[in-house]
Amino acid sequence: MEIGLAHYLTVAAILFTLGIFGIFMNRKNVIIIMMSIELMLLAVNINLVTFSSFLGDLVGQVFTIFVLTVAAAEAAIGLAILVVYFRNRGTIAVEDINMMKG
Amino acid sequence: MVVQALAFYLFATVAVIAATAVVTVRNPVHSVLLLILTFFNAAGLFVLLGAEFLAMLLVVVYVGAVAVLFLFVVMMLDINFVEMRQGFLNYLPIGVLIALVLFVELAFVGATWALTDDKIAVLAHPTPAGLTNVEALGQLIYTDYAYIFQASGLVLLVAMIGAIVLTLRTREGVRRQKISEQVKRQRADTLEIKKVPVGRGI
Repeated sequence: MEIGLAHYLTVAAILFTLGIFGIFMNRKNVIIIMMSIELMLLAVNINLVTFSSFLGDLVGQVFTIFVLTVAAAEAAIGLAILVVYFRNRGTIAVEDINMMKG
Repeated sequence: MVVQALAFYLFATVAVIAATAVVTVRNPVHSVLLLILTFFNAAGLFVLLGAEFLAMLLVVVYVGAVAVLFLFVVMMLDINFVEMRQGFLNYLPIGVLIALVLFVELAFVGATWALTDDKIAVLAHPTPAGLTNVEALGQLIYTDYAYIFQASGLVLLVAMIGAIVLTLRTREGVRRQKISEQVKRQRADTLEIKKVPVGRGI
Protein backbone atom coordinates (compact mmCIF):
# COMPACT_ATOMS: atom_id res chain seq x y z
CA MET A 1 0.00 0.00 0.00
CA GLU A 2 1.35 3.38 -0.99
CA ILE A 3 1.44 6.06 1.66
CA GLY A 4 0.57 9.30 -0.08
CA LEU A 5 0.06 12.94 0.63
CA ALA A 6 -3.51 12.39 1.77
CA HIS A 7 -2.48 10.05 4.59
CA TYR A 8 -0.19 12.62 6.18
CA LEU A 9 -2.69 15.42 5.65
CA THR A 10 -5.34 13.33 7.39
CA VAL A 11 -3.11 12.81 10.42
CA ALA A 12 -2.39 16.54 10.54
CA ALA A 13 -6.09 17.37 10.24
CA ILE A 14 -6.97 14.97 13.06
CA LEU A 15 -4.26 16.44 15.30
CA PHE A 16 -5.43 19.99 14.57
CA THR A 17 -9.03 19.06 15.32
CA LEU A 18 -7.92 17.46 18.57
CA GLY A 19 -6.20 20.70 19.49
CA ILE A 20 -9.42 22.68 18.93
CA PHE A 21 -11.37 20.03 20.83
CA GLY A 22 -8.94 20.25 23.74
CA ILE A 23 -9.34 24.02 23.97
CA PHE A 24 -13.11 23.67 24.15
CA MET A 25 -13.08 20.77 26.60
CA ASN A 26 -10.63 22.20 29.11
CA ARG A 27 -12.10 25.65 29.46
CA LYS A 28 -10.76 26.05 32.98
CA ASN A 29 -7.22 24.76 32.77
CA VAL A 30 -4.78 27.10 31.04
CA ILE A 31 -2.00 24.51 30.97
CA ILE A 32 -4.06 22.05 28.93
CA ILE A 33 -5.13 24.90 26.63
CA MET A 34 -1.48 25.73 25.98
CA MET A 35 -0.76 22.07 25.29
CA SER A 36 -3.64 22.08 22.81
CA ILE A 37 -2.06 25.06 21.08
CA GLU A 38 1.19 23.11 20.86
CA LEU A 39 -0.72 20.22 19.29
CA MET A 40 -2.20 22.54 16.69
CA LEU A 41 1.22 23.97 15.88
CA LEU A 42 2.51 20.43 15.51
CA ALA A 43 -0.28 19.66 13.05
CA VAL A 44 0.67 22.75 11.05
CA ASN A 45 4.29 21.61 11.06
CA ILE A 46 3.30 18.16 9.79
CA ASN A 47 1.38 19.84 6.98
CA LEU A 48 4.34 22.02 6.04
CA VAL A 49 6.81 19.14 6.07
CA THR A 50 4.44 16.89 4.12
CA PHE A 51 4.00 19.38 1.31
CA SER A 52 7.71 20.15 1.38
CA SER A 53 8.52 16.48 0.98
CA PHE A 54 5.95 15.64 -1.67
CA LEU A 55 6.48 18.75 -3.77
CA GLY A 56 10.26 18.63 -3.45
CA ASP A 57 10.43 22.19 -2.17
CA LEU A 58 12.63 22.89 0.84
CA VAL A 59 10.98 26.15 1.88
CA GLY A 60 8.33 24.25 3.84
CA GLN A 61 10.99 22.75 6.08
CA VAL A 62 12.66 26.14 6.56
CA PHE A 63 9.37 27.60 7.69
CA THR A 64 8.80 24.66 10.00
CA ILE A 65 12.00 25.66 11.77
CA PHE A 66 10.68 29.19 12.24
CA VAL A 67 7.32 27.89 13.45
CA LEU A 68 9.19 25.75 15.99
CA THR A 69 11.11 28.83 17.15
CA VAL A 70 7.98 30.89 17.63
CA ALA A 71 6.23 27.97 19.37
CA ALA A 72 9.09 27.60 21.83
CA ALA A 73 9.11 31.33 22.57
CA GLU A 74 5.34 31.32 22.97
CA ALA A 75 5.46 28.41 25.41
CA ALA A 76 8.16 30.07 27.50
CA ILE A 77 6.36 33.43 27.71
CA GLY A 78 2.98 31.80 28.29
CA LEU A 79 4.23 29.66 31.13
CA ALA A 80 6.02 32.65 32.67
CA ILE A 81 2.77 34.64 32.59
CA LEU A 82 1.00 31.63 34.08
CA VAL A 83 3.48 31.40 36.96
CA VAL A 84 3.18 35.12 37.71
CA TYR A 85 -0.60 34.93 37.54
CA PHE A 86 -0.67 31.97 39.89
CA ARG A 87 1.63 33.79 42.29
CA ASN A 88 -0.71 36.77 42.38
CA ARG A 89 -4.09 35.08 42.39
CA GLY A 90 -3.53 31.54 43.62
CA THR A 91 -5.49 30.00 40.76
CA ILE A 92 -5.12 29.44 37.04
CA ALA A 93 -8.81 29.15 36.19
CA VAL A 94 -9.48 30.87 32.89
CA GLU A 95 -12.84 32.15 34.07
CA ASP A 96 -11.19 34.18 36.81
CA ILE A 97 -8.94 36.02 34.38
CA ASN A 98 -11.09 39.12 34.06
CA MET A 99 -9.16 41.78 35.93
CA MET A 100 -8.78 43.97 32.86
CA LYS A 101 -12.45 43.93 32.02
CA GLY A 102 -12.96 47.11 34.04
CA MET B 1 7.53 -0.21 1.00
CA VAL B 2 5.44 -2.38 3.27
CA VAL B 3 7.72 -1.54 6.16
CA GLN B 4 7.28 2.14 5.44
CA ALA B 5 3.51 1.82 5.38
CA LEU B 6 3.54 -0.14 8.63
CA ALA B 7 5.79 2.48 10.25
CA PHE B 8 3.49 5.26 9.06
CA TYR B 9 0.40 3.58 10.48
CA LEU B 10 2.19 2.85 13.77
CA PHE B 11 3.42 6.43 14.21
CA ALA B 12 0.15 7.97 13.07
CA THR B 13 -2.02 5.77 15.27
CA VAL B 14 0.07 6.28 18.38
CA ALA B 15 0.27 10.03 17.73
CA VAL B 16 -3.49 10.38 17.34
CA ILE B 17 -4.29 8.22 20.37
CA ALA B 18 -1.74 10.07 22.52
CA ALA B 19 -3.07 13.44 21.34
CA THR B 20 -6.60 12.36 22.23
CA ALA B 21 -5.41 11.37 25.66
CA VAL B 22 -3.56 14.68 26.12
CA VAL B 23 -6.81 16.62 26.08
CA THR B 24 -8.93 14.10 27.99
CA VAL B 25 -6.90 12.59 30.86
CA ARG B 26 -7.52 13.87 34.36
CA ASN B 27 -3.96 14.35 35.54
CA PRO B 28 -2.02 17.16 33.81
CA VAL B 29 1.28 15.39 34.51
CA HIS B 30 0.07 12.42 32.45
CA SER B 31 -1.10 14.94 29.89
CA VAL B 32 2.41 16.36 29.52
CA LEU B 33 3.96 12.90 29.27
CA LEU B 34 1.46 11.96 26.56
CA LEU B 35 2.32 15.21 24.76
CA ILE B 36 5.94 14.04 24.74
CA LEU B 37 4.79 10.72 23.23
CA THR B 38 2.88 12.61 20.56
CA PHE B 39 5.94 14.65 19.67
CA PHE B 40 8.11 11.53 19.46
CA ASN B 41 5.70 9.95 17.01
CA ALA B 42 5.46 13.15 15.00
CA ALA B 43 9.26 13.07 14.81
CA GLY B 44 8.92 9.53 13.45
CA LEU B 45 6.56 10.82 10.78
CA PHE B 46 9.10 13.53 9.90
CA VAL B 47 11.78 10.87 9.45
CA LEU B 48 9.45 8.95 7.13
CA LEU B 49 8.98 12.14 5.12
CA GLY B 50 12.73 12.55 4.74
CA ALA B 51 13.12 15.52 7.07
CA GLU B 52 15.63 14.04 9.49
CA PHE B 53 16.94 17.36 10.72
CA LEU B 54 13.48 18.58 11.66
CA ALA B 55 12.75 15.29 13.39
CA MET B 56 15.82 15.70 15.59
CA LEU B 57 14.95 19.36 16.13
CA LEU B 58 11.46 18.37 17.24
CA VAL B 59 12.85 15.90 19.75
CA VAL B 60 15.46 18.33 21.08
CA VAL B 61 13.29 21.44 21.23
CA TYR B 62 9.93 19.99 22.17
CA VAL B 63 10.81 16.96 24.25
CA GLY B 64 13.98 18.44 25.67
CA ALA B 65 12.82 21.97 26.38
CA VAL B 66 9.15 22.78 25.95
CA ALA B 67 7.65 19.62 27.42
CA VAL B 68 10.05 19.69 30.36
CA LEU B 69 9.06 23.33 30.93
CA PHE B 70 5.41 22.29 30.96
CA LEU B 71 6.16 19.43 33.34
CA PHE B 72 8.08 21.81 35.59
CA VAL B 73 5.23 24.32 35.74
CA VAL B 74 2.56 21.65 36.24
CA MET B 75 4.48 20.19 39.15
CA MET B 76 5.44 23.54 40.63
CA LEU B 77 1.96 25.04 40.80
CA ASP B 78 -0.14 23.77 43.65
CA ILE B 79 -3.50 23.47 41.95
CA ASN B 80 -6.53 21.37 42.69
CA PHE B 81 -6.90 19.80 39.28
CA VAL B 82 -9.97 17.79 40.23
CA GLU B 83 -11.84 21.02 40.80
CA MET B 84 -10.72 22.27 37.42
CA ARG B 85 -12.35 19.30 35.75
CA GLN B 86 -15.80 20.46 36.83
CA GLY B 87 -17.94 21.29 33.86
CA PHE B 88 -15.88 19.07 31.58
CA LEU B 89 -18.95 17.22 30.36
CA ASN B 90 -20.94 20.45 29.93
CA TYR B 91 -18.56 21.50 27.20
CA LEU B 92 -18.58 18.09 25.49
CA PRO B 93 -21.42 18.72 22.98
CA ILE B 94 -20.21 22.13 21.83
CA GLY B 95 -16.60 20.91 21.73
CA VAL B 96 -17.44 17.85 19.65
CA LEU B 97 -19.67 19.93 17.37
CA ILE B 98 -17.04 22.55 16.64
CA ALA B 99 -14.31 19.94 16.23
CA LEU B 100 -16.51 18.02 13.77
CA VAL B 101 -17.33 21.14 11.76
CA LEU B 102 -13.66 22.01 11.58
CA PHE B 103 -12.67 18.49 10.59
CA VAL B 104 -15.27 18.37 7.83
CA GLU B 105 -14.01 21.71 6.56
CA LEU B 106 -10.44 20.44 6.56
CA ALA B 107 -11.58 17.29 4.77
CA PHE B 108 -13.29 19.40 2.11
CA VAL B 109 -10.14 21.41 1.61
CA GLY B 110 -8.11 18.21 1.33
CA ALA B 111 -10.57 16.60 -1.05
CA THR B 112 -10.78 19.51 -3.43
CA TRP B 113 -7.08 20.29 -3.34
CA ALA B 114 -5.16 19.32 -6.46
CA LEU B 115 -1.68 19.82 -7.82
CA THR B 116 -1.30 22.03 -10.84
CA ASP B 117 0.65 20.57 -13.71
CA ASP B 118 3.29 23.26 -13.70
CA LYS B 119 4.16 22.77 -10.05
CA ILE B 120 7.82 22.26 -10.80
CA ALA B 121 7.99 25.70 -12.40
CA VAL B 122 6.72 27.50 -9.30
CA LEU B 123 8.93 25.79 -6.74
CA ALA B 124 10.89 28.37 -4.80
CA HIS B 125 13.75 26.10 -3.77
CA PRO B 126 13.67 22.58 -5.22
CA THR B 127 15.33 19.95 -3.08
CA PRO B 128 18.87 19.62 -4.41
CA ALA B 129 19.91 16.13 -5.40
CA GLY B 130 22.89 14.46 -3.76
CA LEU B 131 22.82 16.54 -0.60
CA THR B 132 21.72 15.41 2.83
CA ASN B 133 18.73 17.06 4.42
CA VAL B 134 20.88 19.00 6.89
CA GLU B 135 23.23 20.30 4.20
CA ALA B 136 20.39 21.41 1.94
CA LEU B 137 18.58 23.16 4.79
CA GLY B 138 21.76 24.84 5.96
CA GLN B 139 22.53 26.15 2.50
CA LEU B 140 19.08 27.66 2.36
CA ILE B 141 18.84 29.08 5.88
CA TYR B 142 22.23 30.77 5.92
CA THR B 143 21.81 32.37 2.50
CA ASP B 144 18.30 33.22 1.35
CA TYR B 145 16.69 33.16 4.76
CA ALA B 146 19.55 34.67 6.76
CA TYR B 147 17.56 37.72 7.88
CA ILE B 148 14.58 35.67 8.98
CA PHE B 149 16.97 33.36 10.77
CA GLN B 150 18.46 36.31 12.67
CA ALA B 151 14.97 37.58 13.42
CA SER B 152 14.00 34.23 14.90
CA GLY B 153 17.08 34.45 17.08
CA LEU B 154 15.86 37.86 18.25
CA VAL B 155 12.43 36.39 18.98
CA LEU B 156 14.06 33.79 21.20
CA LEU B 157 16.17 36.44 22.94
CA VAL B 158 13.13 38.59 23.63
CA ALA B 159 11.24 35.55 24.90
CA MET B 160 14.11 34.65 27.21
CA ILE B 161 14.44 38.16 28.64
CA GLY B 162 10.67 38.46 28.93
CA ALA B 163 10.35 35.21 30.83
CA ILE B 164 13.13 36.21 33.20
CA VAL B 165 11.68 39.69 33.77
CA LEU B 166 8.21 38.28 34.37
CA THR B 167 9.20 35.67 36.91
CA LEU B 168 12.05 37.43 38.71
CA ARG B 169 11.15 38.69 42.14
CA THR B 170 13.13 40.02 45.05
CA ARG B 171 11.76 38.68 48.28
CA GLU B 172 11.65 40.71 51.46
CA GLY B 173 13.49 39.41 54.47
CA VAL B 174 15.96 37.23 52.66
CA ARG B 175 19.61 37.98 53.30
CA ARG B 176 21.80 37.27 50.37
CA GLN B 177 25.23 38.35 49.33
CA LYS B 178 25.30 41.56 47.28
CA ILE B 179 28.72 41.63 45.76
CA SER B 180 28.35 45.05 44.14
CA GLU B 181 27.54 46.67 47.47
CA GLN B 182 30.45 44.92 49.12
CA VAL B 183 32.80 46.21 46.47
CA LYS B 184 31.33 49.72 46.59
CA ARG B 185 31.86 49.99 50.35
CA GLN B 186 34.23 52.79 51.34
CA ARG B 187 36.10 53.19 54.56
CA ALA B 188 34.32 56.46 55.28
CA ASP B 189 30.89 54.78 55.14
CA THR B 190 31.47 52.48 58.05
CA LEU B 191 34.45 53.67 60.02
CA GLU B 192 34.68 56.79 62.09
CA ILE B 193 37.82 57.85 63.86
CA LYS B 194 37.41 59.88 67.00
CA LYS B 195 40.00 61.69 68.97
CA VAL B 196 39.60 60.57 72.51
CA PRO B 197 40.94 63.00 75.06
CA VAL B 198 43.13 61.30 77.62
CA GLY B 199 41.40 60.43 80.84
CA ARG B 200 37.81 61.38 79.82
CA GLY B 201 36.45 58.75 77.51
CA ILE B 202 33.88 59.42 74.84
